[in-house]
Amino acid sequence: MTTLTVNGRSVTIQNDVDLSTPLLWVLRDHLGLVGAKYGCGIAQCGACTLHLNGTPIRSCSVPLAAVAGQSVTTIEGLAAKDGKLHPLQQAWVEHDVPQCGYCQAGQIMSAAALLKQNPKPNDAEIDNAMSGNLCRCGTYLRIRAAIHTAADRMNGQGNGGSKSGKSGGAV
Amino acid sequence: MSALITRNASVARGKDDAHIHALMNHVLGEVPAMSRRSFLSLAGLGGSGLIIAFCMDDAASASETKAATNLFAPNAYLNIAPDGVITIYSKGPEIGQGIKTAYALIVAEELDANWNDVRVEQAPIDQALYGWQGAGGSTSIPNNWDTLRQAGAVARSMLIAAAAVKWKVDAASCFAKDSKVHCRDGRNLSYGALANDAASQTVPDAKTLKLKERKDYSLFGKRYTGVDNVKVVTGQPLFGIDTTLPGMLYAVYQKCPAFGGVAKSANLDDIRTLPGVKDAFIIEGNGQATEVLSGVAIVANSTWAAFKAKQQLQVEWDEANASKDSWQSFMQRATEIAKQPGQETINDVGNVDDVFKRTTDSAKIVDAYYYYPFVSHATLEPQNCAAWYHDGVMEIWAPSQNATQAVQQVSKLLDIAPANVRVHQTRVGGGFGRRLMNDYVCEVATIAKRTSAPVKLTWTREDDMTHDFYRVGGFHSLRGAVDEQGKLAAWQNHFISFTADGKKPISGGDMPAGEFPALLLSNYRLMQTLMPSGTPCGPLRAPRSNSIAFVIQSFIHELAVAAKRDHVEFLLGIMGEPRWLKPGDIRALNTGRAANVIRLAAEKSEWNKPLPKGRGRGIAFHFSHAGHVAVVAEVSVSSNKQLTVHNVLVAADVGPIINLSGAEAQAQGAVTDGLSMMFAQQITLSNGRVQQTNFDQYELLRMPHAPPVKVHFIQSEYNPTGLGEPALPPLIPAVCNAIFNATGERIRTLPLTKLGFKWA
Repeated sequence: MTTLTVNGRSVTIQNDVDLSTPLLWVLRDHLGLVGAKYGCGIAQCGACTLHLNGTPIRSCSVPLAAVAGQSVTTIEGLAAKDGKLHPLQQAWVEHDVPQCGYCQAGQIMSAAALLKQNPKPNDAEIDNAMSGNLCRCGTYLRIRAAIHTAADRMNGQGNGGSKSGKSGGAV
Repeated sequence: MSALITRNASVARGKDDAHIHALMNHVLGEVPAMSRRSFLSLAGLGGSGLIIAFCMDDAASASETKAATNLFAPNAYLNIAPDGVITIYSKGPEIGQGIKTAYALIVAEELDANWNDVRVEQAPIDQALYGWQGAGGSTSIPNNWDTLRQAGAVARSMLIAAAAVKWKVDAASCFAKDSKVHCRDGRNLSYGALANDAASQTVPDAKTLKLKERKDYSLFGKRYTGVDNVKVVTGQPLFGIDTTLPGMLYAVYQKCPAFGGVAKSANLDDIRTLPGVKDAFIIEGNGQATEVLSGVAIVANSTWAAFKAKQQLQVEWDEANASKDSWQSFMQRATEIAKQPGQETINDVGNVDDVFKRTTDSAKIVDAYYYYPFVSHATLEPQNCAAWYHDGVMEIWAPSQNATQAVQQVSKLLDIAPANVRVHQTRVGGGFGRRLMNDYVCEVATIAKRTSAPVKLTWTREDDMTHDFYRVGGFHSLRGAVDEQGKLAAWQNHFISFTADGKKPISGGDMPAGEFPALLLSNYRLMQTLMPSGTPCGPLRAPRSNSIAFVIQSFIHELAVAAKRDHVEFLLGIMGEPRWLKPGDIRALNTGRAANVIRLAAEKSEWNKPLPKGRGRGIAFHFSHAGHVAVVAEVSVSSNKQLTVHNVLVAADVGPIINLSGAEAQAQGAVTDGLSMMFAQQITLSNGRVQQTNFDQYELLRMPHAPPVKVHFIQSEYNPTGLGEPALPPLIPAVCNAIFNATGERIRTLPLTKLGFKWA
């Protein structure tokens, strides 16, 4: 048996689940949390990004054995307890970021980790923090703009909006 | 800039939204109110099960709701409940092109609905009700424009008729606005209040109804956020790969790495003993790459158990009839072939030989050899599908962009009556043409027919990249001439492409006789030679155009340079007088619309404004999939070939814009997609095998290299056409022309990494 905390709740994984199983598949197949996505299996695309003890990880490449007793936050646990969306989720909707949407949970989790560490990132810092997350549809401009909006709002600066040329072109 | 329109929280009373709320509460540790669907989330922490929940509940809840509320449901596209909620059904698959939002807007516009009252659901797959349900060729909007508007207009007309009866006035004295019918005397009634009465009105003949005029549109042209965006950003199960069914098993399928190889034997006994593995067996298949190729299926109790077992799988393949394709040999053969005239002449207008002979100034003749590689779709959601064979019914949850055909294919393949093949459309994690094919659907249906339980097939990324229907590579040997006046005088192209059947060009590898600029020139010759290939190929976003635009629109620039003329002027010269080459046919070039987008792109990019040394601006136009699009890119290249794309501007005419946010998104996405394809993407073949297996070897553009993109639309008077594809083709030539203008290096080969370029 392996015990870990997922979105604030303690969960127990039975012994019949192989300890080599990547956290991604534990969540998706055994815990019914499918927000984190499978894209590459080798930590190249970022679709499976979630937080382990607050740090962003590629859950496709971290086995169950390595997360015993630790705390996992997934996209399903990002909103507030009352269901109010996280400012990033809200900004994502306002900027109409998703196209197919498949990468977006991973993008948001990477962005959430960035804002925790750096509440006012500039374009270059955003690009750097987000460079591990692929978007096949090409929504990068809007992701950048949405991160600025959320950061501004979290810093109490109202509506936010893009504050640099490179974010231009998004909604 | 108008504000983005998001719908009020009050619309969250839709059944799925309420469910999501319950799920979220569950995740967060609160006990949700026990609902009829909550049993489905008991296994987890508020995750999967949603799709099957809908499926199992739909019939029951629909009849319950109907009995309880008398929905006004005049056709298959919408219904209105007495509480005022308007449900619109989107007939097509959402693959990232924003169709679920756009379709609903078209119905809502003609219905005169308040967008806040609208919720949108995926329509069932039902050919009798909806015709073809798929997405391809940027046809979703143009092919459904009239039907959807009529669906909304029928409902509006019946609501007005119901109000007129109630008020005892002439219907002509009533009008609809904002989910209400208004009488000229000032009275009004909401659609919800009229729903019951409207339901008993006679359904009018849609063709007799007057549709709204452009000036009366109130919804179109603003920015709307996608109708499922809240679900996307909260990680709800929407995609095919998220499907969970009671007692579901998990499958993988191993095909021969060389296309068309047949599984002779495998270590099945060993595989069956591995942890979690339930079964392993060889599937003969029907030899069709679009359906089921020979391979080995492993069925397990989790995806990981199946993936892990697959790593232990040893298969003996019979490769006697398998592909032996090699990209190196293709390149060598093509260079030889290019020295000869083409095997076939596709089009021959005027006399190009005569023009070349008469052109004595060699500087006015340009010879060029262009080529581009095979590329993969690489949808971020790998191919997958779930199926459950029960009670003689094959029930399928498919992230397909061609579900109607999936029904037909599975029915024929497994000898199940079409009525007993039920396909549920899921959201699709990227289409790009890959999912016009239903191979993963046919595979899982074949597996499900043997298992007694529901089963989900998931391809690994490696399966996905090595078993695609690739955008075919191609080679072009070109000769062009400009005359003394600096006009394009003659154009000859020997196109070296591929054939799968030894007769016709492979899918995506054909070049129509009338391809631009054929129809605008007096001397034009297109020849073709086909090389046999065993690699499955198929349409990829803007098929044909996504590759040949690079060649054509770069070569036009070469000729403009030879003519010592400005590229924009030269392009406008080719367009000539404004005319629609086949009036009424949206797939025919309209030179007036072309010239307008070229002029707009030039104006907005300040085309004539000088740039600092080392920077270059490039332009390209292309007409594809009924869209007229011009792109301007500005680049700089360092001495060690580090490329920076500073900005990109897109000018497009696809008629009136339905959802401005969605339309801009398609153009922005096409730019990113084009940059990916241009810069690093190449699938190479060796002994019939694809050599790239994952994103470390097949790179997509990453955020640091995504330039700002400005999008400008000319909302012309023509009917709207699609935008999923046409913004892509001009991107690559625009950037490559900019590289020439910045450095003098002409790009005739893709991807750029093969020429030593790096991102700055």
